[in-house]
Amino acid sequence: MMSREDFLQPLTVQDPAKDMSLFALFESILFLEPDARVIDGCAIPEIFRDLNLDQIVDAVTAGRDEYDLKPFFYTPLASVAAINYRCEVLRDLEDQALAGYVSSFASRMREMRHSLALRDKLYYERQKQRWFLDAVERYCSAVDSLRASLIKADIRSEGLRRFRDWIGCYGESDTFTGLRVETSELLAALRDITYSLHIRGRRVTVSKYGSESDYGADVLNTFAKFSQGATKEYQFDRRLDAEMNHVEAAILDLVATLYPEAFSSLETFCSRHASYLDGTIARFDREVQFYLACLDHVRRFQKTGLPFCHATVSNLSKEVRARNVFDLALAATLLNSRSPIVTNDFYLKDPERIFIVTGPNQGGKTTFGRTFGQLHYLASLGCPVPGSEAQLSLCDRIFTHFERAESVRTLKGRLEDELLRIKHILDCATPNSILILNESFLSTTVNDAVFLSKLVLQKIVDLDLLCVSITFLDELASFGPTTVSIVSNVDPKDPTSRTFKLVRKPADGLAYAIAIAQKYHLTSQDIEARILRTGTQQGAR
Amino acid sequence: MKVHLMYRDQDFYLGGSRQPASADLIQDLDLQTLFDAMADGDKYLLDVAQEAVLVSLHDPNAILYRQEVLVDCIENPEAVWELYAIAVEALEGERKIWGWMSRTYPEGALHRSRDVLGLFFGLLKKIRAFAETRSTEFSSDGFKQLFTMLALELDDEYLRVVEDHLRRLEFRDGALVSATLGEGNRGVNYVLRKPHYVQRTWAERLYESLARLTSDTRSELTYEVHERDEAGYRALSDLRSEGIRNIAASLIQSTDHILSFFGALRRELAFYLGCLNLRDRLTRKGEPVCLPEVEPTEPATFVACGLFDPCLSLNMAEKIVGNDVNAANSLLVMVTGANKGGKSTLLRAIGLAQLMTQCGMFVPAVSLRASLSHRLFTHFRREEDIEMKSGKFDEELDRMNKIIDDAVPNSMALFNESLASTTEREGAEIAQQIVRALKKVQVRVFYVTHMFTLAHGLYQDDKGEALFLRAERRDDGERTFRFQEGEPLATSYGEDLYRQIFETSTTG
Repeated sequence: MMSREDFLQPLTVQDPAKDMSLFALFESILFLEPDARVIDGCAIPEIFRDLNLDQIVDAVTAGRDEYDLKPFFYTPLASVAAINYRCEVLRDLEDQALAGYVSSFASRMREMRHSLALRDKLYYERQKQRWFLDAVERYCSAVDSLRASLIKADIRSEGLRRFRDWIGCYGESDTFTGLRVETSELLAALRDITYSLHIRGRRVTVSKYGSESDYGADVLNTFAKFSQGATKEYQFDRRLDAEMNHVEAAILDLVATLYPEAFSSLETFCSRHASYLDGTIARFDREVQFYLACLDHVRRFQKTGLPFCHATVSNLSKEVRARNVFDLALAATLLNSRSPIVTNDFYLKDPERIFIVTGPNQGGKTTFGRTFGQLHYLASLGCPVPGSEAQLSLCDRIFTHFERAESVRTLKGRLEDELLRIKHILDCATPNSILILNESFLSTTVNDAVFLSKLVLQKIVDLDLLCVSITFLDELASFGPTTVSIVSNVDPKDPTSRTFKLVRKPADGLAYAIAIAQKYHLTSQDIEARILRTGTQQGAR
Repeated sequence: MKVHLMYRDQDFYLGGSRQPASADLIQDLDLQTLFDAMADGDKYLLDVAQEAVLVSLHDPNAILYRQEVLVDCIENPEAVWELYAIAVEALEGERKIWGWMSRTYPEGALHRSRDVLGLFFGLLKKIRAFAETRSTEFSSDGFKQLFTMLALELDDEYLRVVEDHLRRLEFRDGALVSATLGEGNRGVNYVLRKPHYVQRTWAERLYESLARLTSDTRSELTYEVHERDEAGYRALSDLRSEGIRNIAASLIQSTDHILSFFGALRRELAFYLGCLNLRDRLTRKGEPVCLPEVEPTEPATFVACGLFDPCLSLNMAEKIVGNDVNAANSLLVMVTGANKGGKSTLLRAIGLAQLMTQCGMFVPAVSLRASLSHRLFTHFRREEDIEMKSGKFDEELDRMNKIIDDAVPNSMALFNESLASTTEREGAEIAQQIVRALKKVQVRVFYVTHMFTLAHGLYQDDKGEALFLRAERRDDGERTFRFQEGEPLATSYGEDLYRQIFETSTTG
């Protein structure tokens, strides 16, 4: 059996000879598998722009640049287990108390980095040494308080439980406890030092403090009786520069001469503990921000009543079902302009695979397509998804085909270019892929477009892809048993205003006209009823 | 050290909780005229007058306390003005002391504050002398308490301590500062210390220096900035600044404290000086003023003799007609009668007298006995308020709604031709509903109306707890601006006015 010391000894960033059995206990809060893909440096996925995922990820990671979180968002997970590993951690962190513990850990770690940065920047040795001590102190308190709070926290997720066990062991190890004790003793010794300066002209005399009374307090005390209640206290600004000047440094040297033990201990401390930072702690500090970023982002929307949920993801079924879902990127824009946000429901039941979306322009069709893609992508990251309920399919890849302005400039014709791109997608896609097609074949005649679209659709059906096809071609809506027609609705009372609701019903190009008629009570039904009513009133007389 | 001339055991500040409908009161009762008379051109007296009049007292004893102080002021006006002048000298003198008050330069602040303290020291001695020589002339609790406190707090020993501080704050022996090691081992928590050796004789000092030379050399180490090291000298004086930050802050706070005391003295005297100003204006015209007799909130009482509207009087050369109102135990006073018969003036006089009573002032009457009200509201017809966004009646109901929002039992409401901007039947019905409800919850209503339907309806209701007043009109149609008790009459003599105007124009 492995003793605690066995795996705790080599715990330093610099030490490559990490005991592999340690990984069994805990390695990463984001990845279930120990051999997680190398994610740093990977490129932004192509679909990001079409689905506005770039905006979402920018917003989610805003203010967390130091953690470099974007690569995590560029790397979807391949297994349901890996997704669930994250979802469980997220659920745990939805508890404000627990998230608070992690946040305060993070802010201590941030302070630590700040101290280290100052250590690197500053000039005078005794000042650098103290900042280093400070960094170590912050590190110790970060680890200690996180360890203490996790013990009492109600944790269900495997990831956090494993981390708790790990940090429990680390926190009790001799390496860490020794570091902590030494740090606090040294700090106490330095903090206990009180010295006096007697400044007269160009001379300053340094001595140990001789218990002279606080003259300011004396003055305050004399005149306090005139006070008529709360008065403001005066504060003079301190100089803001972190750098000591040479007079201060000279004084510090004199203080060091007065207190030799404390200052020589400080010097030794710095050389002995140069590599104090544990690699697993550093990695946790970065990776856990992925969750906090997601939760912070989600909370902004939840405050306005918009729902989020953890999607149920399956790799066995292609049935999907979601309620009150919305486009997260659009919602952010609408939230800023305080506009209402419309949510939608959808489902696909076997053998249905393909949504054909039709309806008036600006009715929320593209938004629906984006929402569908975002939901699946976010779910594959293990993130909360925008909606009150979502059962989604685990896809190996999401493809998008949106019209591209720059494609017009290619030498090939536009239509040809489109067909090439679709062909490429269909070549790459597997039955587990998802495809979002947005207004294909706009550059040709309707007959052509119908013809081409039907061919493409057949291929999609043959591949058994999950697909959203946004189109102006009503003809596609009733393509076959695997297609479902979705129409963006108009308000019957005011056809000029959009409801942004999409409902399952046959494509109906006349909906808009009928709605206008209803507004003025001029539908055939209305006219009939009104003529009849007027008639009975006349007849009653 | 509390002044406490406005309240027995409470400070007086601007920004108290005013009558909820203060803006309406100011407009409807023409309070600005009252304030201006109290201020007599002094902006500060104006602010205090507004505050004191609009922040009503609700305890008969609190009112009595002010009334007594006011009597002292009326009897010793010069002494009160003299005391006020000391406070003003302190406040204005402080403002004139120039100094470099920057948040980054404590030396400048220290220097200035020391000068300010010097000024205050002189004035504190002056105020103590005043308390010693003049206190016998005053007999109210408020003033006696103030003078006793001044003699006690500013005794000789205390003044000596202040003098000692003034000397020490010059730092002739340099600055002794303690510090600890903060972030990055930089000195922090600089605290200026009171050196042990300041009081020592030269012999003691000599002995100390000898002792220092012979003892452990490591107990005191000196660094000297080189003569040509300008940056070093600057750094050292920065350090000194750092050291005196606290004392500068303490000193500013201390002078602020003294300043706040003088401020309080000025503030609390200002109300009474305002009263003196107003009283002078009215008595010079021969108008009667008196201290009202204050009663608790129930039963509702307003018994006045020779009551007049002081604001109207202030704006007129001649004396004006006073009226009697005998509303003992009446929750409702309905005033009806001839147009231009002085109904609105009477209503204003009632409101003003009530407000003046409740701030501890005298009232414009020969005598007044009034019960206290929690809140005072006015709902006057606003000719000028016809805005496009809502109709006049909407506007009236909106204001009424706001009054009901704020009203509490034992409030007082003055309605002047309220709800008359719709048909009389509609207006009267709503008004009756309102008045009946208000009576039920012990809100006193004084209602001026020409709506006979309303007055008549309420007269029918009455079981002896309402007072009905009619603007008097002699048989020749001449108005006397006096009121009689009696049943409302069916016409408001509008035809008089009509005739008067049209006849003069036809003959003219």
